Amino acid sequence: MAANNEIDNVSGIETTGHEWDGIKELNHPLPKWWLYVFYISIIWSIGYWVAYPAWPMVSGYTKGVLGYSQRATVQQNIEEARAAQSEFNSAIDQSSLEDIQSKPELLQFAVAGGRAAFGDNCAACHGRGAQGSKGFPNLNDDDWLWGGSLDAIHQTLLYGIRANNDETRISDMPRFGIDQMLTDEQISEVAEYVLSIAGLDHDAAVAGRGQTIFAENCAVCHGEDGKGNTDLGSPDLTDAIWLYGSDKEAIVTRIKTGGGGVMPAWSGRLNENIIKKLTLYIHSLGGGQ
Amino acid sequence: MTVQAHIAKADKTTPGQEAAPGIPRSAAEPVNASTGRQLYAGREPIYPKRAHGKFRLIKWLVLAGTLGIYYLLPWLRWDRGPNLPDQAFLLDFAHQRLYMFGIEIWAQELYFITGLLIVSALALFLVTALAGRVWCGYTCPQTVWTDLMIAVEHFWQGDRNSRMRLAKQHWNFEKIWKLGATHISWLLIGLATGGAFVFYFRDAPTLMMEFINFEAPFIAYLFLGIFTATTYVLGGIAREQVCTYMCPWPRIQGAMFDADSLLITYRGYRGEPRGPHKKNEPWEGRGDCIDCNQCVAVCPMGIDIRHGPQLECIQCALCIDACDEIMTKIGRPPKLIAYDTFRNLDAASHGDRARIQIIRPRTILYSAALALVVIIMAFALSAKSVLDVNVQADRNPLFVKLSDGSIRNSYTVRILNKLYETRTYSLSIEGLPQAKFSILGMENGAALEIDVSPDNLRTLKAFVTLPPEAAKTIEDGHAPFAFVVRDLADGTQTSRETAFRGPDE
Repeated sequence: MAANNEIDNVSGIETTGHEWDGIKELNHPLPKWWLYVFYISIIWSIGYWVAYPAWPMVSGYTKGVLGYSQRATVQQNIEEARAAQSEFNSAIDQSSLEDIQSKPELLQFAVAGGRAAFGDNCAACHGRGAQGSKGFPNLNDDDWLWGGSLDAIHQTLLYGIRANNDETRISDMPRFGIDQMLTDEQISEVAEYVLSIAGLDHDAAVAGRGQTIFAENCAVCHGEDGKGNTDLGSPDLTDAIWLYGSDKEAIVTRIKTGGGGVMPAWSGRLNENIIKKLTLYIHSLGGGQ
Repeated sequence: MTVQAHIAKADKTTPGQEAAPGIPRSAAEPVNASTGRQLYAGREPIYPKRAHGKFRLIKWLVLAGTLGIYYLLPWLRWDRGPNLPDQAFLLDFAHQRLYMFGIEIWAQELYFITGLLIVSALALFLVTALAGRVWCGYTCPQTVWTDLMIAVEHFWQGDRNSRMRLAKQHWNFEKIWKLGATHISWLLIGLATGGAFVFYFRDAPTLMMEFINFEAPFIAYLFLGIFTATTYVLGGIAREQVCTYMCPWPRIQGAMFDADSLLITYRGYRGEPRGPHKKNEPWEGRGDCIDCNQCVAVCPMGIDIRHGPQLECIQCALCIDACDEIMTKIGRPPKLIAYDTFRNLDAASHGDRARIQIIRPRTILYSAALALVVIIMAFALSAKSVLDVNVQADRNPLFVKLSDGSIRNSYTVRILNKLYETRTYSLSIEGLPQAKFSILGMENGAALEIDVSPDNLRTLKAFVTLPPEAAKTIEDGHAPFAFVVRDLADGTQTSRETAFRGPDE
C-alpha cells in the first residue's frame, strides 16, 4: 500500500489508489480482526457443511453428520402437539356428547377440532361456514330434516342419508310427475297449496283445489298440516327454509322429479373422536336442539 | 497560512523534550489519525491518561448514577398486593407482562414500549442538535463500562506511562499478577453485569439463591455467560473499536448536528501557530497551543481533537479537562478546547463573535415532536383499562334465516379481565330493541352473569335474532348496535359498536 500515498486534499485522508471515473476511494482501514472474523466464518462454513445438510447432489443432497432435517423436526413437533392433546382426546373418547357439552374447556377443544374437520370433510358441500346452498342444507339454522339434537346429528354423521350404509336413513320424495302419479295440472294445484300453507303469495282458488291432492298424496309423510316429520326426513313445508327454493317453479320441479340429496356415511371414514367433535361443532353453530 | 496548514506542519515537527518550562511534551500519538493507513490495520493499543477536572468529575458522577441504577434496580421492591411480583422493574416473559413500578404493560400493549423508544430517539436527536454526542460521551453503556474498565486498569497498573511500560516489558511476576488482576476484575464486573441483566427477568432474590445453589434455569446461566463475555470483550478489550466500527450512531449523527450545535472543538484561531513555548518568550505572534499533546494522551478514542471533527470522537470532554489544566499552569486563559459552535469558530477566526442559538427550527421541531409523543403516551397510559372487550361479527355466513323467517347474526365476544380476581360481568345489547339476544351454552334471561377468572380471557358466542318484520326494516342490510359489558361489582360499562346484517332487499 505504500505506493498509494496520495492524500485527498479535501479530507486529508489517504486514498486506496482505486479510482472510478475520477472518483477515488478514501482509505478507512478495517480492523485486522474484522478480516480474521471473515476468514473464521469461511472455516466455520466448512464445518457447517459437514454437520448439516448443505450441498445438492445429482440425486438428493449431502445429509450432514448431525442428521438434522426440518421435515423430521416438523414431524416431531406434530407428535408433541398430538401428545399434548391426548388428555383432551381421551376425555372426548370416554365421555358422552352431553358430558362434553357440560364441560366448557373440553367443549371448546371439541368445537375447535370439529371446525377443522368440517373444513376438511364437509365444507365441499355445506360450505366453509356451513351455510349450505341449493340442495345442501344450511347447518346454522334451526330447521332440521332429520333432527337437530346431539344424537340426531351424530346419527346423521355416522350413517349418512340415502348413503351406502346399512344403518343409513332413507326417505324418497316420490317422482309424482315422471312416474305419472299426478298430472301437470294437479302438480300445479298442489304446489299452489304448498305456497298457501307456507304463507307465501298464492292463488287461493287454485290452492283450495290442491288441498285434497295434498291430503291424499303428501300428508302421509309431510303431515296433514305440512309441518313434516324429522323421523321420516320429510321437510316442514310451512316454514321459511327451502332447500330447493320457494318459488312455484322450484316446488313444481321437486314434486315432478322427487328424490333427495345424499349425505355420505362417515362411520368408516372418520374415527369416532372426529365424528363426536363434528357433532358438537355443528350443534354449536346456533341451531342445535 | 491557514489553520489547517499550521496543523499539518505542526504534526510533522518532532516531539521535543519540553512544551513549556516545567511541562514535558507527551509522546502520545493520535493512533487513529487519518494518514499513513493500511487497508487492514491492527489495533494500536490506547493507554488513556487520567484527566482531572470538571468534566471528569461529571463523568464519574454519571458513571456512578447509571451503573447504580443498572445494578440495583432489580433489587428494588414495589408492593402490588398478593399473587403479584413485588419487583419494581420486572420483565415477566412467562406471563407476558412488563412491570415498571406502578405501571403494568401486557404483551398486547407493546406499543407503549414503541412509544418509549420513539421518546428516547427524539430526546437523542434533540440533545445531539443542542450539544453533539452527549449520549456517546457520557451515558452510553459502552462509554460507561469502558470508563469503568479503564478505571480498574488504572487501579491495578497505574496511569498511562506505567501501563505502557508494563505492556512493553517482558513477562515477569509483576506483569503476570497486574495483568491477571486486571482481567479477573474485568471478568467479575462482566459477571455482575450479566447477573444484573437476568435479574430483570425473574425475581431477583429468588434467582440469586438459585444461582448460589446452582439451581437456576439453564437460560439464566446462558445469558449470564453471554453478558459476562460481551461486557468483558466490548468494555475491557474492544473499547473504542465498538464506537468506531460497530455502532451506527456515529454515521447518523452527522445529520443530527449543525453549525449551531455545541461541539467539543479545538479553537484553532487561538491555538495556532502552535509550538513549544520557551521561558520568557512573548505570547504575541504565536498560538496558545504549546503542543504538549495532553489532549491526545487523555483521549480514550486515540485521536487528536486538533484535527477537527472526526467520526471517532465521542465528545467525552476529557481533552477539555486536560487542556484547561495545562492552560492554567502556563498562565493562559482556559477553554482552548471547549464546547463551541462551528458558527462561532468561523466568526472568531475573523475576530468576530456569534451568539449561541439554542432555539432554532431544528430544536423546536424535535421538542415539539417529543412533547407530542409524551402527551400521547401519558394519555394512553391514563386511559388504560382493566377490561378489554373485543367483538367480532361472524362473516361466514353473514346472517342465517331461521324457520320462522327471522334473521340471526352471530358474534364472537372476547372479554379480557386484567384484574387478579374473578370478575362477574353482564353482557347485553343496545340499539336493537326488537332483537332477541342469547349466548351459546347459557340460559337466557335478564340476570346473565358471566364469570371471567383472574387475569384471563373468556370467549363467548353470542346470537342476535331479529323477527321477520323487524329484519325487513333494516336499511341497506346493515343496522348498527352495540354490545355492552357491565362489571356487576362496580357498575362500569364498556360498549363496543358493531352491526347487524340482514338481506339487502
